[in-house]
Amino acid sequence: MIEETFAEGKSAIHRSNPPLRTALAVIYSFTVALTNDTGALILALFFSMGLALLARLPIKALLKRLGAAAGFLLFVWLVVPWTYESDVLWSFGPVAVSAEGVNLCWRVTLKTFAILTAFTALAATMHLATLGHALHSLGVPSKLIQLLLLTYRYLFIIETEYQRLYRAAKIRNFRPSSNIHTYKTFAYLLAMMFVRASERAKRVYQAMKCRGFDGRFHTIGNYSSTVWNPILCIGVLLVSAVIAGLEFTS
Amino acid sequence: MHISEGYLSGPVLLSSAVLAIAGTAIGLKRLDYEQIAQAGMMAAVFFVAGLIHVPVGPSNAHLIMNGIIGLLMGWSAFPVILAALVLQAVFFQFGGFTTLGINTLIMAAPAVAVHYLFGPLISRPHKTGSVAAFAAAATAVAFSAVLMAASLLFTDEKFWALAGTTLVVHIPIMITEAIIAAFCIGFIKKVKPEMITGKTVTLKSSHSVIASQPQEKRSCN
Repeated sequence: MIEETFAEGKSAIHRSNPPLRTALAVIYSFTVALTNDTGALILALFFSMGLALLARLPIKALLKRLGAAAGFLLFVWLVVPWTYESDVLWSFGPVAVSAEGVNLCWRVTLKTFAILTAFTALAATMHLATLGHALHSLGVPSKLIQLLLLTYRYLFIIETEYQRLYRAAKIRNFRPSSNIHTYKTFAYLLAMMFVRASERAKRVYQAMKCRGFDGRFHTIGNYSSTVWNPILCIGVLLVSAVIAGLEFTS
Repeated sequence: MHISEGYLSGPVLLSSAVLAIAGTAIGLKRLDYEQIAQAGMMAAVFFVAGLIHVPVGPSNAHLIMNGIIGLLMGWSAFPVILAALVLQAVFFQFGGFTTLGINTLIMAAPAVAVHYLFGPLISRPHKTGSVAAFAAAATAVAFSAVLMAASLLFTDEKFWALAGTTLVVHIPIMITEAIIAAFCIGFIKKVKPEMITGKTVTLKSSHSVIASQPQEKRSCN
């Protein structure tokens, strides 16, 4: 099932202003992504962990999410040190581990975890509807926001529909394996989802018209100001500036 | 098919973001408000398709289906895929804000290319249509894999092994997707042909299949 694991909460970050949080997440993410200084990246990782603590993210769920990212990192660690051409750190018969390759792997690992943790703490702590409103107030075109919110609205329905179709296939003794029958079954299942989605979209649009949809989108979100807004703002901007500074001086 | 946070260099991230924004702008411009529900629904299907794991040899892979999205949506594939990626980022943290641009570009640019290359052939009857659908899905995945590998190489030329592995890994996925897409398009053509022949399914044509076929439309007017 699809869930918004981190969206509910009463922490300082959950209560602060969503558009501000979104903007800070964008600034901080790009700052870290463009940094190559290892010291600065270690600072970033610690700051991101601090944000995660401040947001009181459930540790288990967070680690599970970071674990998914770690899968590809593991792959990078398995490939890059042996194939990156630079000074040899140590060699083992014909196999040589490159010093620069290992450094690079460290930097990528630090960056991935720092950015994803901060993103989870700042942006994934709001419901998608709130994020939509936040992006809208930051200047993202309203058509795109409507598309995003409609997707969000019908995602769970489409997913349930998939589960239902898949259950029906299973009841008829469908066992997936690598053969044409399996692919055909999945293809028809998917095609049925496309067809039903298209039918549903028509009904939805008719319903929208009936309710006077005129292409505009009204935001009802109204966020009270808390003392955390300026603290969060100054904190994230300050750390971003320090990281950028370290990057330039290194 | 995702590049997570932290891998790519600044120039690659920023230039791909610019291209993705341009593509999305074109896609949004071509997307009427009448089609917005349709597009949202397609984005939801695209998202769910990404959760379906299909056996490929001894392992399994999740579907990408950017080829079909391209065939059905044209330029609107850009905003549709972007919306699905934002949802994936928020729900699963597959990526964050900095990689939205590159990941949109990796999946949506091939979708649009396939729309122009194979779109006209899809509505042809029988074998030609199926072969075109097969080729479209295969091309879309191959092009996506090439873009992904290119983004790694542009970041650092010494990433060649990583980029090469990315390409090789996508070959079985490409074939599986192509088979599924051929059957999928065949099914849609039988059940709801106007999704493929009629460019847009608007309210006017929604109650009759005939109305979306150009010849009949002319005689109505």
